[in-house]
Amino acid sequence: MNLDDLYRRVIMDHYKNPRNRGSFADDALKIELNNPTCGDRITLQIKVEDGIVKDARYSGEGCSISMSSASMMTEAVKGQTVQHALELADRFSSLMKGDAVDFGDYEDIEALSGVNKFPARIKCATLAWNALRKGIDVEEEHHQEH
Amino acid sequence: MINSAIREQFPILNQKINGHPLVYLDSAATSQKPRQVIEAVKSYYEWDNANVHRGVHTLGSRATDAYEGAREKLAKFLHARSTKEIIFTRGTTTALNIVASSYGPAHVGEGDEIVITQMEHHSNFIPWQQLAKKTGATLKFLPLQKDGTITLADAEETITDRTKIVAIAYVSNVMGVTHPVKELAAIAHRHGAVIVVDGAQSTPHMKVDVQDLDCDFYALSGHKMLAPTGIGALYGKKALLEAMEPVEFGGEMIDDVGLYESTWKELPWKFEGGTPIIAGAVGLGAAIDFLQEIGMDEIHRHEMELAACAEERLSEVDGLTIYGPRSRQVGVVTFNLGDVHPHDVATVLDAEGVAVRAGHHCCQPLMRWLQVSSTARASFYLYNSEQDVDALVQALIKAKEYFAYELG
Repeated sequence: MNLDDLYRRVIMDHYKNPRNRGSFADDALKIELNNPTCGDRITLQIKVEDGIVKDARYSGEGCSISMSSASMMTEAVKGQTVQHALELADRFSSLMKGDAVDFGDYEDIEALSGVNKFPARIKCATLAWNALRKGIDVEEEHHQEH
Repeated sequence: MINSAIREQFPILNQKINGHPLVYLDSAATSQKPRQVIEAVKSYYEWDNANVHRGVHTLGSRATDAYEGAREKLAKFLHARSTKEIIFTRGTTTALNIVASSYGPAHVGEGDEIVITQMEHHSNFIPWQQLAKKTGATLKFLPLQKDGTITLADAEETITDRTKIVAIAYVSNVMGVTHPVKELAAIAHRHGAVIVVDGAQSTPHMKVDVQDLDCDFYALSGHKMLAPTGIGALYGKKALLEAMEPVEFGGEMIDDVGLYESTWKELPWKFEGGTPIIAGAVGLGAAIDFLQEIGMDEIHRHEMELAACAEERLSEVDGLTIYGPRSRQVGVVTFNLGDVHPHDVATVLDAEGVAVRAGHHCCQPLMRWLQVSSTARASFYLYNSEQDVDALVQALIKAKEYFAYELG
């Protein structure tokens, strides 16, 4: 077991210097998600316009894996179509299963591949992506209602 | 005497985790099982397995004797007046839920009070929260001191004539605190209330005498005291249990079943609907034998020594915060290592073979009170030694160095 497989440099960088951490002052869509078994919690806000994730911010508390994953996720999906964001979420699920996955322009995420060798930590890494999926679901329901 | 010979009786401890000898410091979550318990369960299934309290065949009576024999052992272990006062359950959670859902609605009404603390395990918290919501009663909290202890002066203030139930853990699973249950029982009784004691963390580690404590109900889990998972018990004073309605209806618990009316068996069986946890009870009986051969006072003394040793050694680790009173009252040490999240700490410790718990320990209200999202916890039992404390300290120093480098 090599800890460096888990705690890659790029992960610790996102943990120390989080991207998109904070919240929007306006009433952007807000998703709160907990990891009830360990107490991690994330609040994700996304702004979707014309099928594009215009902006994303997160706040919350958790370990280096859950918080760095949130930082990377928000960076990766900003400016992407909703459909592409969901594709990235699927790719992230494959990454957690141990598949070799290419994140293209956003290769930082691939640093989380080592989490696969630490089964107890997978739920930390997926928390932000689950929040994203939930957010997009809510957004789409909202859209259909109007 | 507790020595390495005890540890050798726990087969699971003799293995390497990630290349290091396993150092198991998570007994407050669940304890490991000695060979004697594993063998008792195995032998039950290989020789005596049958359903209890029915069939006239030999195996049926052997199984019944084994099951009821375990009840007798537990009754003696807790110093209950009679086996009628011992109801086997799935664990502490089920035991507490029986009291909350049967005794609760029959005695608690609108405007009444239920007194608990903010540091209760969720299993001794949510049942009362639900009962209060259902009945319109008020949930009140005994104030906590900075170190997580309570004072009897506060208890005198909080418990009133409107209080119907006081529910509290004898020992906290997080804070390393023992609560003055006997004194609280006296206060509760003076106001006509009953006291329900969560004994999940006390029963495995110290001598418990329910008559001396004068508690009305006492709940425990077998798996935290060397027995298998899935078996636990509710002790209740006979008069109280007799007046209570069963919670589960079905086989085993009936006296006579008519088309429109049925009657229940006498205590304790009226609370044990369905085929009981026979093998679990057999395992619990064997666990009690094992504990008693060593002696509960000896076990407690050993754990207090380890806790004192841990507290002293952990103070050498720079940046470590320990929660709870200055001098440990039980073998539980809850801590945080600087800014490093407890999950990250636990992962580094695991890489060193050291198993600790990280998270909210099923105590979210307590975490909020401590103003932390989670903590790490090391908990000791009779099979732990000072070498385990050493391994913990060394692993923590490694974790600190690792993250100082990564986060620096």
